[in-house]
Amino acid sequence: MKPEPVGAPDGDAALALHDITKRFPGVLANDRVSLVFRRGEIHALLGENGAGKSTLIGIVSGMVRPDSGSIEVAGRPVRIASPSAALRLGIGTVYQHVLLVPSLSVLENLMLGNPWWRTIDRAATSERFAELAELLSVRVSPDALVGRLSLGEQQQVEIMRALWHGELVLFLDEPTSMLTPQGVDDLGVVMRRLRDHGVAIVFITHKLKEASDLADRISVLRQGRVVGEVRPAELKTMSPDAIIERVVAMMFGHDAKAGDLRATLVGDASEPQSRQHADAGVEPLLVLRGGHTAGERGECALDGADLEVRPGEVMGIAGVDGNGQKHLAEVLAGQRTMTAGSISLAGREIGHLGVAGRRRLGVRYITDERLGEGTAPRHSLAINLVIKEIGSPQFWKGGITSWRRIHDHARNMIRTYSIVAPSERVPLAGLSGGNIQKVLLAREWTGDARLLVVAKPTYGLDLQNTRRARDWIKRIGGNADTAIVVISNELEELIDVSHRIAVMERGRIAGIVKNRPGARTAIGRLMAGVEAA
Amino acid sequence: MDGLLSEAFIASLFFGAVTAGVPLLLAGLGEQVSEKSGVLNIGLEGMMLAGAFAGFAAAYATDSFLAGFCAGVLAGMSVALIMAVLCVVLGMNQIVVGIAITLGAEGVTALLHHVLYSRSYPRLSRVETWTIPGLADIPYIGPAFFDRNALIYLAFALTFFMIWVFRRTQVGLNLQAAGDAPAALDAAGVSVTVTRFVSVLVTGCLGGLGGAYMATVGGGLFLPFMTGGAGFIAIVLAMLARGNPLWVLFGAFLFGASLALTTALQVVGVNIPTDVIQMLPFAMVIVVLLLFARHSYLPPALGLPYQRGAR
Amino acid sequence: MNQRHPLVSWLYGMVSVLLPVVLALAVGGILLLALGKDPLAYYGYVVKRGLLSPTGLEASLTRTAPLLLIAAGLIVAFRSGLWNLGVDGQLLLAAVVTAALAPELASGLPSVLVIAVCFAVAMAVGAVWSLIPALLKAQFGVNEIISTLMMSFLGVSLANVLIKIPFNDPLTTVPQTATLAVEDRLSRLADTTIHWGVLLALAVVVVVHHAMTMTALGMRLQIVGANMKTAVHAGLRLRLLVVVAFAISAGLAGLAGAVDVLGVHGTIRADWNPAYGIVVIPLVFLARFNGYAVIAFVFVFAVLVIGGESAARRLDVPTYFVLVLVGLVMLFLAVTEFLDHRRRLTARD
Repeated sequence: MKPEPVGAPDGDAALALHDITKRFPGVLANDRVSLVFRRGEIHALLGENGAGKSTLIGIVSGMVRPDSGSIEVAGRPVRIASPSAALRLGIGTVYQHVLLVPSLSVLENLMLGNPWWRTIDRAATSERFAELAELLSVRVSPDALVGRLSLGEQQQVEIMRALWHGELVLFLDEPTSMLTPQGVDDLGVVMRRLRDHGVAIVFITHKLKEASDLADRISVLRQGRVVGEVRPAELKTMSPDAIIERVVAMMFGHDAKAGDLRATLVGDASEPQSRQHADAGVEPLLVLRGGHTAGERGECALDGADLEVRPGEVMGIAGVDGNGQKHLAEVLAGQRTMTAGSISLAGREIGHLGVAGRRRLGVRYITDERLGEGTAPRHSLAINLVIKEIGSPQFWKGGITSWRRIHDHARNMIRTYSIVAPSERVPLAGLSGGNIQKVLLAREWTGDARLLVVAKPTYGLDLQNTRRARDWIKRIGGNADTAIVVISNELEELIDVSHRIAVMERGRIAGIVKNRPGARTAIGRLMAGVEAA
Repeated sequence: MDGLLSEAFIASLFFGAVTAGVPLLLAGLGEQVSEKSGVLNIGLEGMMLAGAFAGFAAAYATDSFLAGFCAGVLAGMSVALIMAVLCVVLGMNQIVVGIAITLGAEGVTALLHHVLYSRSYPRLSRVETWTIPGLADIPYIGPAFFDRNALIYLAFALTFFMIWVFRRTQVGLNLQAAGDAPAALDAAGVSVTVTRFVSVLVTGCLGGLGGAYMATVGGGLFLPFMTGGAGFIAIVLAMLARGNPLWVLFGAFLFGASLALTTALQVVGVNIPTDVIQMLPFAMVIVVLLLFARHSYLPPALGLPYQRGAR
Repeated sequence: MNQRHPLVSWLYGMVSVLLPVVLALAVGGILLLALGKDPLAYYGYVVKRGLLSPTGLEASLTRTAPLLLIAAGLIVAFRSGLWNLGVDGQLLLAAVVTAALAPELASGLPSVLVIAVCFAVAMAVGAVWSLIPALLKAQFGVNEIISTLMMSFLGVSLANVLIKIPFNDPLTTVPQTATLAVEDRLSRLADTTIHWGVLLALAVVVVVHHAMTMTALGMRLQIVGANMKTAVHAGLRLRLLVVVAFAISAGLAGLAGAVDVLGVHGTIRADWNPAYGIVVIPLVFLARFNGYAVIAFVFVFAVLVIGGESAARRLDVPTYFVLVLVGLVMLFLAVTEFLDHRRRLTARD
């Protein structure tokens, strides 16, 4: 069902990379990578975390200098020495995280990068803005402050900026991770329009389904190398299942372990087994009613959030980032006070209790900001395991620290949770993301937990650790004493681990859906702001 | 107490407010530039002192105020260069380096003063003024605003120039982006390092000029530690002004007025210990902080070195 | 992660601490040459008069007392991530109040009690003077560098006002507080001119060092210092801890003022401001917030100051030169710290 690409299928190279190699101390990030990106083609680049995708983007966007290899733009050899050089060559990049200045207007953001000695040139900028708005068919007010736009709109502004100096090559790094299902569809439309206009689009993703839906050509990276390609002709003839089969084989070789990981990777390809909680009639363990909070500039606060979670239940919280999820988690954990509303745990009002008081009652919170909030990264692993227990008689006698007990405890946890660390005394920052996540699990999942709040449990983890974290949640999710709240912007993940899924929208719970076949559509409608029937 | 409404008192208060306010204005505008770009320049006091000494030395040697101003600018910028290299290029702790720079400048200028001038205590000759015909004769404010050294007019003009730069130029956009979202500026192809480097130099330039003003137009002599915390007050002014040069102007003259109050009171025969008056500006900052603390806004990236790719 | 031999890392630590000092002395020497002085003669004279002569050594040791107490307070503040740059105001106000209070009390109370009351009041005065910055920081996140500096300037002026008006001793011609009789001051150790405040200061540094590393309060403060968001996440009472850290830090600065008045001066003249704070800050950094290293650096600094004061009279090198040296030490410290950080980063990858 794919429309025919405009450019000649194997000609008209917009950007060609030849034998690009980049070595960082101890890692070969790109190993003789050769790729050709053609005009009028959507080219998906797939690969695991650490396969070398970000380095490749860094190289084409002028942020990283390759050690060897050559680059050609429209047939001419070039050196991309800086981000501005890349933009001038017509190579634009839209990064995974929004890179706009929230305190400037849309037009002002697009003016960044003009020659510095100029006064601002509104007329010329407006003209180009109108041109690109027409091309992308988007409606964003040029004078709106970027901080007030939705993430989808911000992404459209970023695409405009990437195409500002010429519509040659557009790199999109994981562009769908922040979008609603509707936003993903809109992005698809924009991508196709640009493709038909003759832009070479490079679409970096780890979601196989999206790649096979959108791409005209798929290349797979593994351990810094290009390990395979699916050509347009093949894509057109193969069934979606067959494509996924091929790509998975390329990504993992014919590894024995691949089967497990595949389920995590493929996600959408087949309807997952639904997880249903049996005890629908039990009294809820956690009750949040009419939760309101006060937000800072640019934050989404809670605006009347209601939530009930039963014991033994895993409640997923879906929604596009920035719809009040952070405040919800903090309100549950006791880090943020509500301006109105009530919250109770096992029938007991806990709104007046702070973090420490609630922790004693069994409330646990695993934050997604693991280094910025969850830990003190320059302190040792052992200290980080006890920072929520400072002063407890287990490790302190009359206020005096028992380092022996703290270190014993840490060694114990390192064993129990198979944390890979040279010793319990090393600074936490030296550990890998997966191991830091294990430290947080070890710290929170001790004693008699009654309510566990987990924010983005697999954010930034590689596939194996993602699988492990999800399995862990599923395993403890059956525990009859505990209620679990999982907040994530990956719908697949929530469908994998939850019994019910609540959708957050503008600071409230827009609706709650039982996790059974068809849940995905209902959630998509809720996320897009369509009221549940 | 009708003396307080007399022309002598008010004219003297305005005159003194301008004299004491101009260095705060210059340094505050300079600091505003680097704060906007995300560098908290704690070394401003040192830059002002360096400017004061160099300005005085050059003006004394050449008998030209202009030479003094130029020397002040150069000295301020040389000190700022150290700050820019260490903090912007190498990403070292801005507070540690700022304190070190202030300490070092205090020591070096006091030392040089001791070697060169401690026996003679030279003073500069009378200040050259540009009298604006007509306006200078206005009672109360004429002598304070329209019969002054050229640098004072320049400082006023600079305030409005800065407003224009911040609102109407690419440089203004770049500065704001460097302080609010440096990674976004980088992605747009503008070097964060260069932007911040230049803005620290601008701070040094204006801080040095403010210092030179104090030692030439202001006092006509150099004394060790003569800036007496003016650099730190300028930092506060820039912080409270929230990116608007007009607030720096307003704040600088409010502070100037409180500093000038002692002299003005003496003119009309009211004697209050100078220490009481000296407390006024600092007490005012504290009051302002207490009143407006929750509204103060600083760039999110202020004080943080920018490293590409680090999150 | 390569494990280095303990001796190697110890040596490495020594070098990274001594290198900035040596570099600063070298650059200072060049500066002396430029001023037409012989650097070796100057440094030699400083060591001779500050360390090797008995009176010089006694003076140096006596001088360490206020510096050590300030440093102890700064260890608490800096480890808690709080930039208390208002030490001078806190110290001076406490010193002035002590100077006014002590002679009054001495007429009625036994001297032990006088000293105890004065110490308590001085600490309270220092702590109170840090309350506004502490609350502004805790409540609204107002940058404490600015607020403490402003309070410091304010405190210095207020101290002068107090000396000149309410606490002025009418019997003297220059404005100063009433003088505390020598027998009511802190007693001397054996036959020296060193008062027991030096021992107190040493003890305080050691206690503070261990309190920060071996107690629950110390760990709480260190987590606050690591990242305030982490402290909130861990359920620490952030506001209270910020106020407590400030109060300890400023209280010890106040104690430093009291020890200096009761131990050495016995009175305070108007416009006396030793400006200890700004020079102790670099020393605490140089010691990397380690109490024992602080003791060593403070002693070296005291020798430099006492020797430098003698040298100022003899060799005509003003005491400002010591300020230059401290500034240089701090700059080179920042540079070595930076290079070390870089080296570690590359070593890890």
